[in-house]
Amino acid sequence: MSSTQTEARPEKGGLIASTVSYMSGQLRQIGLFIALIVIVLFFQIVTQGITLSPRNVSNLIVQNSYILILAIGMVMVIIAGHIDLSVGSVVAVIGALAGVLNNKLGLDWGTTVVLCLIAGAVIGAWQGFWIAYFHIESFIVTLGGMLLFRGLAQILLHNTQISPFDDGFRAIGSGFLPDLGGGTSFLEPLTMILGVGAVVALVGMSVRSRRSRAKNGLALEPLGWFTLKTAFMAVLILGIAWLLASYRGTPVVLIILGVLVVVYSAVMANSVFGRHVYALGGNKRAAQLSGVKTDRVSFLLFVNIGVLSALAGIVFTAQLNLAGPSAGNGFELDAIAAVFIGGAAVSGGIGTIGGAIVGGLIIGVLNNGMTIMGVGTEWQEFIKGLVLLAAVAFDVVNKRRGARQG
Amino acid sequence: MAEDAILEMRAITKEFPGVKALSDVNLTVRRGEIHAICGENGAGKSTLMNVLSGVYPHGTYEGDIVFEGEICQFGGITDSEKAGIVIIHQELALSPYLSIAENIFIGNERGRAGWIDWGATETLARTYLERVGLHDNPATKANELGVGKQQLVEIAKALSKDVTLLILDEPTAALNDDDSDRLLDLMLELKQQGVTSILISHKLNEIKKVADTVTIIRDGQTIETLDAASPEVNEDRIIKGMVGRDLTHRFPEHTPHIGEELLRIEDWTVHHPSDRARVVVDHADLTVRAGEIVGIAGLMGAGRTELAMSVFGHSWGVDISGTVYKRGEPVNTRSVPAAIRAGLAYATEDRKTYGLNLIDDIARNVSAAGLSSLSNRLGWVDGNREHVVAEQYRRDMNIKAPSVSSIVGKLSGGNQQKVVLSKWMFADPDVLILDEPTRGIDVGAKYEIYTIINRLADEGKGVIVISSELPELLGLCDRIYTLSEGVITAEVTRSEASPERLMQSMTKIREEDHL
Repeated sequence: MSSTQTEARPEKGGLIASTVSYMSGQLRQIGLFIALIVIVLFFQIVTQGITLSPRNVSNLIVQNSYILILAIGMVMVIIAGHIDLSVGSVVAVIGALAGVLNNKLGLDWGTTVVLCLIAGAVIGAWQGFWIAYFHIESFIVTLGGMLLFRGLAQILLHNTQISPFDDGFRAIGSGFLPDLGGGTSFLEPLTMILGVGAVVALVGMSVRSRRSRAKNGLALEPLGWFTLKTAFMAVLILGIAWLLASYRGTPVVLIILGVLVVVYSAVMANSVFGRHVYALGGNKRAAQLSGVKTDRVSFLLFVNIGVLSALAGIVFTAQLNLAGPSAGNGFELDAIAAVFIGGAAVSGGIGTIGGAIVGGLIIGVLNNGMTIMGVGTEWQEFIKGLVLLAAVAFDVVNKRRGARQG
Repeated sequence: MAEDAILEMRAITKEFPGVKALSDVNLTVRRGEIHAICGENGAGKSTLMNVLSGVYPHGTYEGDIVFEGEICQFGGITDSEKAGIVIIHQELALSPYLSIAENIFIGNERGRAGWIDWGATETLARTYLERVGLHDNPATKANELGVGKQQLVEIAKALSKDVTLLILDEPTAALNDDDSDRLLDLMLELKQQGVTSILISHKLNEIKKVADTVTIIRDGQTIETLDAASPEVNEDRIIKGMVGRDLTHRFPEHTPHIGEELLRIEDWTVHHPSDRARVVVDHADLTVRAGEIVGIAGLMGAGRTELAMSVFGHSWGVDISGTVYKRGEPVNTRSVPAAIRAGLAYATEDRKTYGLNLIDDIARNVSAAGLSSLSNRLGWVDGNREHVVAEQYRRDMNIKAPSVSSIVGKLSGGNQQKVVLSKWMFADPDVLILDEPTRGIDVGAKYEIYTIINRLADEGKGVIVISSELPELLGLCDRIYTLSEGVITAEVTRSEASPERLMQSMTKIREEDHL
């Protein structure tokens, strides 16, 4: 058997020793996850159990969903070495558009959603054109976009608010999947079925990928670590399913978010397009000379974040059941913070979808926990700022440690 | 000899966690000499200079530095500069948007109480520029200067610090022959003015030209100190000391098997992107046959890289005209993907800027130009096969790294070059254009690269090698074109080629211009 990573061979040392040594090499990824768990447990204790109550977990997911959707688009843009400051304003303008279509023109929710997503793609194409083909810095183009689309939202709304929306539209933001138990069962059955299904899929895919690596003679994660990781994820998924099932079931946005995370993680890790994004951010000239159409990649990334911003706008508007001119104010900063807490590099080339999601959840849990504790918004901002700085400082320290060992 | 020594480094030992970078190194530099230090990459030359200049402060190494008869305990670069030791690193450190004068006095500004005296700055700058023979206006921005002139500004900057011992780390690595010669002449001139220099260089002919003494370092130890003037000390003698073995053949034996014409470039003309009137490549014709290694010789600025990059997907230049034929058929090379499809590959002269994603691992760099053969129709990459392929190249090419998951930025120059070559070999081209394939690579790794180039030719590929080092072209190529100011001035077969003959053709037009 050949192995590309001899130092990670499971047969060296015991199961525990190999797991520990492997973990120390993956400190950044694991550390972030552990930080999230520690923060959750901290709030669980100081809020006397409210944080992990079924109702709060459900709220946590629903209320952070739009930031997480934005973070997915944002991390891809940042990996490519760009940035998008306009997403908050795009949320507002799409909300306004949805209001006009659904409330004023009386279109049904399906048509409204499709038209809003197309509008998002057009907005993304507009900004992508200037960035990719006109070669203006994304910072400038999207700073312009931030003002432009905020203004457009106010124009569409005539500086007032639009409300209400129809039930179908509202369900995207605050709805739940149908309760198979008819509202009487102790645990909502559909949620538990989805939870178990997710665990089966996770274990199946992990084992299959491990077998495939072994068949190709590639280095494997230590068996101990693999088992621990998979078991932990399974317990986590079942735990969340349990909590959701004992409240109102599965939020619709969780399904949307789950699909997005799975699809985009796969795209970034395993698709040619994903590779091209990393190659562009890592070294643009080298990517071009390797045959990557970097301009097209940049353009598509902005179309993509335009669509995702539109989706976030739909979810946010549906949740509030209201389209307002100041909707989405500051969302771009939350999304960018999530991406950098999640380990992405300002200079591009480094970052993951999973990292951005965990980063977004850390911000979400901090917001939620401090609100429950009754901490004022001024201190919430203050603490979030420190957390962002601490996460990046940890990165720097970790990198230096790696450099000394390397 | 100790009494006229300006510098003695005694029994220097420097350890990094797990590695002994220097072990009991002794170095004596006499006042007023040019002292060359040779050694392969990783031999410990830079570490030794970093100890000397205080980058590794006193206390982090063992042994003594005796400078001007006193034991020195430098806590940092400022201390060593105060003592008169200035190091000029391989990567130039000028601030691009500041003027020459501002750069010379950066950190050492002329003025009073924090306010700059511009008059003094400019007048003094002029005197230092005079000494290094640079006649540009001191108000010129650094980024408007070529590398050769930037190097001179660095030296002027060193002079402004009242340097007594000047250390030059690979000063000519990025320079063309003309600029290199000017720099070497300047070193000799500074020697007349009483400046002692330490020269770290890969280029043995330069050492032979300017150095009085040569110290050879290998595996963190001083091997020997030679008198450069002695007739027995020639390039082969120095190489022997560096690699620890007789390198009787600097180039591997190779019998070419040349077949049909693979690539023909006809009437190729390229204009400069920022000055469209300027012709950079002028009606060039060139052919490469299967199994053939073809060299392109030319001075810096002759248009070698511009010719190669314009052929490879129009990556350089504007108003490009001419035709590229593959096996007699015209092919489209207007974009990089089209050029790759046409079976071309171009390995750049500047692998860090244009060739590699330094923050990514070996596997992903190797696959970068050949992802299509690793992915299915939907665009999903088979990551396992990618690792298997990369692992195969790691072994075939002898890339020294713990695994294909190692980050490319941490590899040595020679190993990075092997990654670049692996990338293009995996793309499976018919013709490879290798631009300065051995720049900044030590002697041992060069031999390996030559072997790989020969192997590519034996597989029936056509190889074009662009190089500034004439011995390399003479030792490697079956046929050599010379390029001068964008014009192909001669085509010489291996048997007819000699350095004199090539140099003559490489400078052809320039001389006519002077008539």
